[in-house]
Order: sequence, then structure tokens, then C-alpha cells
Amino acid sequence: MVPELGQFALILALCLSVALTVLPLLGAHYGNSLLMHSGRSLAVGFFTFVAIAFACLTYAFAHDDFTVTYVASNSNSLLPYMYKLTAVWGGHEGSLLLWILMLSGWTLAVAVFSRSLPLDMQARVLGVLGFIAVGLLLFIVITSNPFDRNLPLPPQDGSDLNPLLQDPGFIIHPPFLYMGYVGFSVCFAFAIAALLAGRLDSAWARWSRPWATLAWGFLSVGIALGSWWAYYELGWGGWWFWDPVENASFMPWIVGTALLHSLATTEKRGLFKSWTILLAIFTFSLSLLGTFLVRSGILTSVHAFANDPERGVFILVFLLIIVGGSLTLYALRAPVVKSEIGFNWFSRETFLLFNNIILNVTMVTVLLGTLYPLVADALGWGKISVGPPYFNFFFLPLMGLLCLLMAFGPLANWKRTPAKHLLLMLWKPWSISLVLALLFPWFYRPETYSFAAATAVFIGSWITTALLADVIYRLRNSASVLGGLQKLSLSYYAMAVAHLGIAVTLIGVSLTSIYSVERDLRMEEQQSVELMGYSFTMQSIKKVQGPNYVADEAFITVTHNGKPLDDMHPQKRRYTARGMMMTEVALDVGLFRDIYVAMGEPVGEKAWAMRVHVKPFVRWIWLGALMMAFGAFLSVLDKRYRRVGAAVSSEVKPVATVAGKGLVNE
Amino acid sequence: MHPVRKQRLLIVLFGVFFSSVAIGLMVYAMRENINLFYPPGKIAAGEVPQNRAIRGGGCVKPGSVVRSKESLEVNFILTDGVANVPVAYSGILPDLFAEGEAAVVNGKVDDKGIFRAEQVLAKHDETYTPPEVADMKQGDGKSDADHKNDQVVCKELNYGS
Repeated sequence: MVPELGQFALILALCLSVALTVLPLLGAHYGNSLLMHSGRSLAVGFFTFVAIAFACLTYAFAHDDFTVTYVASNSNSLLPYMYKLTAVWGGHEGSLLLWILMLSGWTLAVAVFSRSLPLDMQARVLGVLGFIAVGLLLFIVITSNPFDRNLPLPPQDGSDLNPLLQDPGFIIHPPFLYMGYVGFSVCFAFAIAALLAGRLDSAWARWSRPWATLAWGFLSVGIALGSWWAYYELGWGGWWFWDPVENASFMPWIVGTALLHSLATTEKRGLFKSWTILLAIFTFSLSLLGTFLVRSGILTSVHAFANDPERGVFILVFLLIIVGGSLTLYALRAPVVKSEIGFNWFSRETFLLFNNIILNVTMVTVLLGTLYPLVADALGWGKISVGPPYFNFFFLPLMGLLCLLMAFGPLANWKRTPAKHLLLMLWKPWSISLVLALLFPWFYRPETYSFAAATAVFIGSWITTALLADVIYRLRNSASVLGGLQKLSLSYYAMAVAHLGIAVTLIGVSLTSIYSVERDLRMEEQQSVELMGYSFTMQSIKKVQGPNYVADEAFITVTHNGKPLDDMHPQKRRYTARGMMMTEVALDVGLFRDIYVAMGEPVGEKAWAMRVHVKPFVRWIWLGALMMAFGAFLSVLDKRYRRVGAAVSSEVKPVATVAGKGLVNE
Repeated sequence: MHPVRKQRLLIVLFGVFFSSVAIGLMVYAMRENINLFYPPGKIAAGEVPQNRAIRGGGCVKPGSVVRSKESLEVNFILTDGVANVPVAYSGILPDLFAEGEAAVVNGKVDDKGIFRAEQVLAKHDETYTPPEVADMKQGDGKSDADHKNDQVVCKELNYGS
């Protein structure tokens, strides 16, 4: 009964989303305020029914309703309760339902928080969101219904959730990632609404900016969680593989980052208007492309499910409609929103422009590397794969350049900055970073001096010290340091935290790659191995029984320079329902290094193949990402977004800056 | 020339120059780092470049996996049912690597025709087969899109004796 209710709710949600697309857009076109007002209540209804459908599927999982095919293939009566509830998004159908739940949630949020928007704008934004919902809901209802029953002979027990997914990472990674992916649909809707209305002013940028920032923050967390999860779950100790599916989530992030900066320029200076619109379209299109790549099963990847090609074709057609339609609209309407304001070569605008150029070039190289194998396969050029060296070849220098320039941006004035001023501010940070960078590898690992590590440390501390110099400069007129710090706006702190996050991640990525030591070994009981001053001794191996698995567990003691450090218990599990083997890694976590032990397979009578890593600074990768996300959430709290109502009709006010004097951030 | 036009021309030339440099670099980087996939038939027939990184794949022949007792060396045979490719690998095999299942290997073929794998990838879900392996038709060296209808699933493959 409950699954049928869910199915019914899903179909009702589809009907409501059709109404949500048609009525408010018609109302906005003909100036009918009754129709425009309908958008808000339709959005609430759309959310309600999607939520009911989602709750029904969760209920079916919670009550082990194996007559539902999707439940039977993704759950098991022995599965721990937490994973039963989250197994909802363990497969294709349910993860799409999660997608649409997120979309309905964002739509509801727009309906609730956009009361201060002009009515026609609000109606158009909701209409566009409704249109996206129609496409996705049709997709679910027609090709991937999660409520399909397997009657009259349901299986006795489910075939279990893929053991790879039975991990806390699975509970949080997909929701965050989808929040980010889908969040960009709001920005997209704002962009399309602006094109439809032919009106794009700084008020528009101020409305869409918090949405973009929020989505970007969620996506940052989602990607970081995925990377962290892969690190300990797959048992290889890698945290980024340039896997097509990772790229699929990374490309919207890259363009989303460009979008944030372009939006800032549009809001503050009324510049880059049509470019911002284009970026909003790109970001969401890449999110959809990501969904297509992941869900069509055309990739060899951890995320690909056994799948039928019809689904891929559906998403591809939907993608073409969205991209083609919005780009056509853009071509027709973009000249209307053109901006005619100039800026000097040495100005914050220029640095933001560089930021956008570099980020987009980066995205194109990643896109090319991701799609080329697919294109080559489709054209019959053979089956190829593009490996990490290709991506690193472009990504590392481009990001290096971006981060070098990143230090200038916050210090530069809008419109015009005297080069002398920048030079005066920055020679100290530059020299401090240079000294730090040259000394670091020498202190950290005197045996082998690494210039790559020096470069990474230089860029990281360059970003940090330049920000510090900026803060000191901003405090020059305040009586006390504390008072001055209080005067800085929340959005300034947000920017600073996010930029510091980049520096932290950059240092983490580089130093982990350079200094990690990894060894695959054959270990017997009572045998010891040495790795970077850490000594690992295999004490014993025993059998362990878990709720839905049996495991071999090794007991390894670790000592550092003779002092006992930790006992580690890696496991090799065999999940009984599917007969699948899984590695459970043992970790000793630290801010400056991780120790990572994974079991391979039994070799001979009493010996096991073991994988032992020492990974310096690996935590910094995710710490930095969390800082970026924290910055994003902080910036949304800035008080100027709370008085949007007053700013509805405000036109672009050119920011008056006196050369060399005021560093106007607001 | 009119100064405005001259400026525009410069901008266009600038754009053309930098995009061609960028595209050239990309093609160069791709050429160096692309791994072509070869099915067992082609590798066994010697139709692959030697000592160049390639990607191979097929089904692991039951009974062919031999682990060394002293080290982490492991040898196994990848097959499409007819052609056999011996693979040598040193290290830890992925969790879902098993006899009679699909596997994809990255590495080089040496002059004895042995595939020296640097990386072994297995599926991650028992109902999933890597597309490369799934498209391979039993016993023939090609892996064309026309074969999508008669996919090889390693469990149904006839391994002979």
C-alpha cells in the first residue's frame, strides 16, 4: 500500500511541477498577478508530494518490504538500521529521487525567501525550477520508478546494499553533493529569469549571489567528503583519481567558483553581466552533465550502476534541451543586458577576470579529458582512457598561476589600483613566503630537498601572508586591533577564510603527493617493518563476526622511534549476502600525518599481503575544503542580504574610489 | 588602419594565438597520456605496441591465478574464451578480483608477450561488468559497438577445459 502511495505522490508532484512551469511563466508574460502568485503555493505543493514519495520509499526500506524491486536489490534484513534508511539512495532510482527531493527543497526555499523579489522575477524563477523538475520527474516516472513491485513471487530476503556503501561516508556524501549540484539550478533559474525579463542589474546579482554561494559551499563539502571516503574505503590510500565521475562533480565546482567571482563583480560594479549569466548556465549544465555521466552507466567507475542505455538517452535529450534552450535564449537576449562600464588594467576587476579565464580554461581541459574517451568510443576510434598525468599536466600549473594571482585580488581596489601601492603592500609577504618556502623542505626532510614542496609552501604562505598584510592595512586607522577587526564585514571574513582554505588544501595536496611513502608488503605474525621511522609489528590475525559479515582482523602495533604509538586493527570482511570482499582500513589520524594500514589477501599459510602508508599533511586537503565551505556559509549571513527588500529598485552605483586611499570593499 | 579596428585585430590575433597554443599543448599531453584498450585477442596476436602503456581487459581464467609464496608476485590469465593473455602483477589485488570475473589491467606488454600490469581494476558490484569487457565478443579480437547486443558476461563464458 505504502509504495503505491509513494508512486501516486510522485505522479501528483509531476502534475504540480507542470503547473509550476506553465502558470507563473504565463502570468509573468501577460502580467497576470493571480497566476504569478500561484507559483509560491505550487512550489509548496511540489515539495510536499516529493517529500511524501521520499518518505514512502524510506518506509519501504525501514520495513524490509522486499516486494519492491528496488528495496530488494539494495537492502537486506540484516543490514544495520542506519544503512537501511540511507540505502534509499544506494541505487539509481533512489538517488534520482534524492536529486528531485533536493530540487523541491531548493524550490521551496526560493518560494519562502524570495518574498522581497519583484513578483514577476519570483514567478519566472519558480517557473524555470518547475521546468527542470518536470524533466527529472518524467525521467523517474517513465524510466526509473523506485516503487516497482516484484509480484507475485518476491524474494525472501534482499540482496543487500553494496558493501562499499555500508559506511558513514555514504550517509552524508550523496546528500551534500546533491545539495550542491541541485543548488546551482537556483542560480540557473535566476539567470534564465533575467534573460526572459531582459533585466539584469546589481540587485539581480545580489539576489542570486547567496544562492550560488550556498550551493558552492555544499558542493565543496560534498566533493571533500567523497575524496575522504574514497581515501579510507577503497583501501588504496588515494584521495583523488581523476576518475570521470570525480571530474563530473569537480567541473561544476570549478565553473561555480568562477561564477561566484563574476557575480561579485556584477553586484559591486555592474560588470561582466552577460558573462555571469553564461557562467550560471554553464554551471548548471555541467551539473546535469555530471548526472548524465554518472547515471547513464557509460563510464567504468565506482559510481556506475548496471544500467540500461535508454536512461542515458533520456538524460542526454533533457541535457540538450536545457543547454540548447538556454544558450539560444542567451544568444537572443544577452545584448539587452550588456554593460558599458570600463575599468583600468590594474584593478580588482582585472584580477577577477584572470580568475575567470584561468578557471574556465581549467574546466575545459578537465572536460576534454573526461569526454574524449566517450567521443572516441562513439566514433569508433577505439577504447581509450585518459590517465591522471594528462590532468596533472594542465591542472597543476594552472592552479599554481591562479593561486599566485589570488593574493593580489583582495588587495586591489575596484576600478583602479596604483601598481606602486600593490608593490608596497606585497614585498614583505613575498619575501617572508620565499624564506619560509626555501627553509621548509630543508627542515622537514633534509635527506632529499624537494623544490616542488618549496613551490607549494611558497604559494600557500604567499596567499596567507598577503591576506594578513591586507588585514593589517585595513586596521591602520582603527584605535584598537579588536575594534578594527569588528569593523570588517562578515563577507570580508568569509572571503578570507575561503582563500585560506585554498592555501591549506594546496599545501595538503602537494605535500601529501610529494612526501607520502607507501609500501605493499608480505607480513607474517611477529614480523616487523620500518617505514619513515615508524615500526609496524604484526601481532596476530583472528576471525571476527559482524552483523552481516565475517572478517579476518590483524592486530598491528606501531611504534615511533621506539615509543609505542598505536594499536591498529585493519580488517578484511566478507559480506555474507553478496559474498563480497571488503577492506576495512585502520588509520592513525594526525594533523601532520596519517598512518594507514590495509589488509590485502592471505599469501601462503600464515602471511598476509599488507599495504602500509605514511601520508603527511593529508588531512589538510579536507580541512581546506571545509574552510572554503565555512567561508561560503559565513558570507550568506552577511547583513546586506537581509535588507534585500530595500534594494529592489536600486540601480548600479559606481563605486567611488580615490586612488591610493580608500580600499572600498563594500 | 583605424585605431579601434587595429585594437580589435590585435585582440583577435591574441586570442587565436593563445587558443592554438593551448590546443596544441592539450593534444600533445593527450597523446602522451592516453591508454588504448585492447581485448585479449589483439594482445595474444601481438597486435599491440610493446613497452607502451596500454589497457587490457577480459575475464580471469578460472584456475589460472598463481600467488608466489615468498613475495607479492601474482600471475593470472585474462581470456575472452579463446585467446589467453598471461598477466604478471606485483602487489595487492582489489577486493573483488576473482577467478571467472571481469578485470581490467593497466600496464605494458613485454617482449615475451606477458602483460606487466601496474594496476589491476576489478568491478565493484557483482552485477556490474566494465563496459570494455562487456562489449567484447567471445573469441574475437574486436570490441566494436556492434557487439553491444551479445555482451560477454564472464560467468557465461565457455572457458573450455
